[in-house]
This record gives sequence, structure tokens and C-alpha cells, in this order.
Amino acid sequence: MKSRYLPLAATILIFVLAYALCYAQFPSMLSTRVIGNLLTDNAFLGIVAVGMTFVILSGGIDLSVGSVIAFTSVFIAVVLANTGLHPLAVFALALLIATAFGAAMGAVIHYLEMPPFIVTLAGMFLARGMAFVLSIDSIPVTHPFYDTLQSFYWRMPGGGRLTLIGGLLLLVFAVGILIAHRTRFGANIYALGGDATTARLMGVSVGRTTIGIYALSGLLAGLSGIVFSLYTTAGYSLSAVGVELDAIAAVVIGGTLLTGGSGFVAGTFVGILIMGLIQTYIIFDGTLSSWWTKIVVGVLLFVFIFLQKGILWLSARKAAALHHAHGS
Amino acid sequence: MLKSALAGATALASVILTTSVASAVTVGFSQIGSESGWRAAETTVTRQEAETRGIDLKFADAQQKQENQIKALRSFIAQGVDAILLAPVVETGWDSVLEEAKDAEIPVILLDRTVAASDDLYLTAVTSDLVHEGRVAGEWLVENAGDEDCSIVELQGTTGSSPAIARKKGFEEAIAGHDNFKIIRSQTGDFTRTKGKEVMESFLKAENGGADICALYAHNDDMALGAIQAIKEAGLKPGEDILVVSIDAVPDIFQALAAGEANATVELTPNMAGPAFDVLEAYLSDGTAPPKWIQTESKLYTQADDPMKVYEEKKNLGY
Repeated sequence: MKSRYLPLAATILIFVLAYALCYAQFPSMLSTRVIGNLLTDNAFLGIVAVGMTFVILSGGIDLSVGSVIAFTSVFIAVVLANTGLHPLAVFALALLIATAFGAAMGAVIHYLEMPPFIVTLAGMFLARGMAFVLSIDSIPVTHPFYDTLQSFYWRMPGGGRLTLIGGLLLLVFAVGILIAHRTRFGANIYALGGDATTARLMGVSVGRTTIGIYALSGLLAGLSGIVFSLYTTAGYSLSAVGVELDAIAAVVIGGTLLTGGSGFVAGTFVGILIMGLIQTYIIFDGTLSSWWTKIVVGVLLFVFIFLQKGILWLSARKAAALHHAHGS
Repeated sequence: MLKSALAGATALASVILTTSVASAVTVGFSQIGSESGWRAAETTVTRQEAETRGIDLKFADAQQKQENQIKALRSFIAQGVDAILLAPVVETGWDSVLEEAKDAEIPVILLDRTVAASDDLYLTAVTSDLVHEGRVAGEWLVENAGDEDCSIVELQGTTGSSPAIARKKGFEEAIAGHDNFKIIRSQTGDFTRTKGKEVMESFLKAENGGADICALYAHNDDMALGAIQAIKEAGLKPGEDILVVSIDAVPDIFQALAAGEANATVELTPNMAGPAFDVLEAYLSDGTAPPKWIQTESKLYTQADDPMKVYEEKKNLGY
């Protein structure tokens, strides 16, 4: 059963090749600065993409995450500006709200048997609207605790910085990989994405798992909102528009099947790095239109959809051949 | 055979690379996007200025997103550019990335907008003075409308936006102390041509078909162009029956100036990069620190300034 690893291998191969090409043209692309930037600049997208990986593995989709990031960042900025609460308390409150929001969407999806696309689309509008209700302006965060958090970074040899949020990205991916492959919850997600009926017969609690998945996605979107707030030291209701689509793209480029049931959290990490690499290359070049990022990501998505279709077709043929072999 | 050709190509490439690296100053430019004609013109002019000065410009369009601008700035720093131009999309949230630039000893020059960060984090800001623009428009009217009573109608920009507030303030300062000038109506036209026309139509109806209006002040040219249309439809002559003064100096207003339908416009120059490169060259050659704010010129154009020539110059800038 090697074909399961094929999309992941393709993703890693594309990343290594692309990086080699970038390095050939701009030797300074292979520096700790660029690597540090890839982690720091993509931290909020990467964290939310881990949640998206679980959602897509289960055969669902979560369109609300970009709006939840914006809401969380505005919420934090507004609360910090108007109350004397410590940022850590505000972070906890924000995570609680985001998790509850995700869990509520999961419950609607399961109990009302609504398609995740519709439910999370509603969630997307709701969260964005709530952000606008809190404030339409970009609100700066001036709390000294933010300066403290930002001063935590490890200066790598070569001048690059591994920042707190870059480190958090790595941690979230590590925990995500553990959840996916070492826990009951993770196994349930794969089972649910493979076939919900079979999963139920196998004794998976579909309701609890569904709510858990969307709660986890909400929690990670909230965490991503905190990271975004640290990243820009501000809260702005128009920020993070379309991040959910970037996250979905990273998950698919990372080799996860959009139909669910097959894929790896680690693949999503490479997917994020590929997307970051494209952007970095375009900026290093300095003459290409930045819209090329979208074009390249679009082409990569097509490549992976074809690849996945090809693998499905191959494994179906193999299964049929096996069946014949047994039958005769 | 192939090997030697490859080696030759590599050698050639490395020669080209090293010479270009050695001679040119590399500047990264993080632009907000191309949401308005003016911004597109700013990008065009910046590219032209860089080319004539032999500066290697790395251009990054942020598509209106701050996160893209921060990414671009970090990549510029990683690349080791000699300087960075930044047109910030919002005021807040720049401190940490500007600190990184400062650590890497890369000067940052702000273009056209400012940031809410300590001013030792950037070299200088090149912006226009919006209040001054309104004042220049007001002063032109005071000098050219004569001593008789003059009732002015005003088309404001988007309510609450900083250009609308500042351009109103500057204009009012200029006409203050001249008792024959009075703003009788003032309403927002949202900086758009269609809204400018609509609001002007209501002004004309309310003021005796326009007979009581002596002058129109619009916070931008687009609204003025819409209003000119409304004045013509009401059977009056814009530029004669009602004086028209506005701000921005987009190409289309020069056609109106040439046709005698508009009287004056104050330029918001798209050439912010010119002054920026001037101070940058001085800074890079002998470390001359410029003042923290460089005000661009707010030039007044009237019908006497050969408007068609200016139109020809401006029409290809991407407005």
C-alpha cells in the first residue's frame, strides 16, 4: 500500500526541486533569514491549515477560519484597549470563544445533517460581521506584554530569526501529527473520512468526532488569530480575507485527498512551505506581478488533483485485479 | 561540447550577475496595490524614476493586505537590499518588522502615508500635506473670484476619511477672513464621479437652478468631473457660471480645463519616489540624515498652464 505515500512524496519532491531552482538563481534564498521568514510569515496560515487538514481528512470543509482569525485579532485588540485584563487572560477567552464557535458549527453539521460547506459559510459571514461590529478601524495593540513576547526569538547563525510564532507553528504541527497518528480521535477522523457508514459500524461516535473536529479547527483558528495579532500588533476586521482558501490549497498541495480519508499533517507543512517559497521567489525577483503566486498555486492544485485522481484510478484497478485473482 | 557550452554560459551569467550587483543600488518597493488610478500612476512613476537613476527596483504588490506587505519587507531584508520604500496599507503593526530592517541597517522610506511607529524606525516619510492642498485650492478661489459675494458648494470626500477632513479644513482656512466667501452647502460625494454628479444635481435644484451658486469646490477631480456634467445638464456653463476647483490633477480634469469647463486643480503628485530617491542617494553616499518628513509639492494647475500638454504627459501613467 505504497500509493498512500505518493502524494506526500510528490509534494516533498516539488518543494526540494523548487528550492533548488530558487537557490540557483538567488543564492541568498538558502539562508537562515529566509527559512526564519518562511516560518514566521506563514505561522498564522500554517496553524489554521493544521485544523483544515483534520477537517478535510474527515471529508468536510471549514470556510469560517479566515473570519475567525480576523474576529479573534479584533477581539483581542478591543478588549486590551478597553479593559485592564492581562493579554494571557484575553488569549484564553479568545480561544474559548473560537473553540465554542467551531463546536457549535460541528453540532449543526451533525445534528441538522447540513453540508459543512453551507454551515461554515454561514460561520464565515457571522464571524466577519462580528469583527466589524467590534470595530471597523485597525486598532493597535500597545500592551508591554506584546513587546516581551516579540523580544523572544532565537537568532540563528546568519542573522535569521526563529520567532516565538515560528516556533509555535512547528509545535502545532508536531502536536497535529501526534493527534493524527497516535490517538483514537485521529484514527476516528481517518475512518470518518474514509466512509462514514463503515466508521459508524466500526463503533466510531460520529457525532462526537464531528463536533471535536470543528471545535479543533475553531481552536486552531483562534490560536492563529492570536498569532496574527502578535504578527501585526493590531486588530483589523478586514484582515485575513481568503485565508481559508489558502489553507485549503496548502492542504491539497500537501497531498491530502479532498474527498477525505487519506493524507498527512506533515504534508500540509510542506504545502505551506511551497506556497511561502513561491511568494518569496516573486519578491526576490522583484519584476513579476505578485498575482503570479495565485497562478502557480492554481497550477499546483490542478497537478495534485490529477495526481490524486490517477492514484485513485490505479488503486481501484489494483483492487479489481486482486479481486479477479482471488475469484479465479 | 555540451559541457563547455554550459561552462561558458555559467561564466557569462556569473560575470553579468557580479557586474550588476556591484554597480546598481537595489531598492525594494512594497506597494499597497493598484486600487486607484493614482496609485497605479505612483507605481509607474516610481519604476520610471528608478530606471532613469539606474536603481534596481524590486517591486512587490501587496494586493491590499498588510500580511503581504510584512512578508515583502522581510524578504527584502533577507535579500539584503540597500533600501526599502514602503507605502503602508494601514498605520498600525509595523514596529517589529521595521525593527528588523533597522537591525539589518536597511533604511526604510515611507511613501504617501505614515505609520504609527516611533520615527527612529524609518529614515523619512515622503507625503503630501492634505491640509495644504485644500488651502491652495481655497487661495486660488479667493484670488480669482473677485470681491462680490460668492456662495460656494462643496463636494466632500468619503465621510470621516483623512483626505476629506484635511482638505475641508485647509479650504476653510483659506477663505476665512474673506467675508464675501461662504460655503452654503457641503455634502459627501464619496470621491466618485457618479456620486459627485448626483449630489451636484441636488445642490442645483436646491439653489434656484444653480443661479445662486458662484463656485464649486470638490475634494477630488472625479467628483468635480461628475458635477461638471450635472451643471451642463442644468443648462449652465461650468467654468464660467459656476467656477470649478478641485484636487488631485488626474488626466481627465486637464481635458476639462482645456475645454474651459474646470478652472483649477491642485496636484497630488504621483512622484513620491523622486524626492525619496534624492534623499536616499544622499544618505547612502555620505550618511546625510534627511528630515523626518518631506512634503511633496502641491502644484496648482489652471487653464493657463497648457492643460492638453499635461494631459498628454499624464495619460500613460496608468491613472
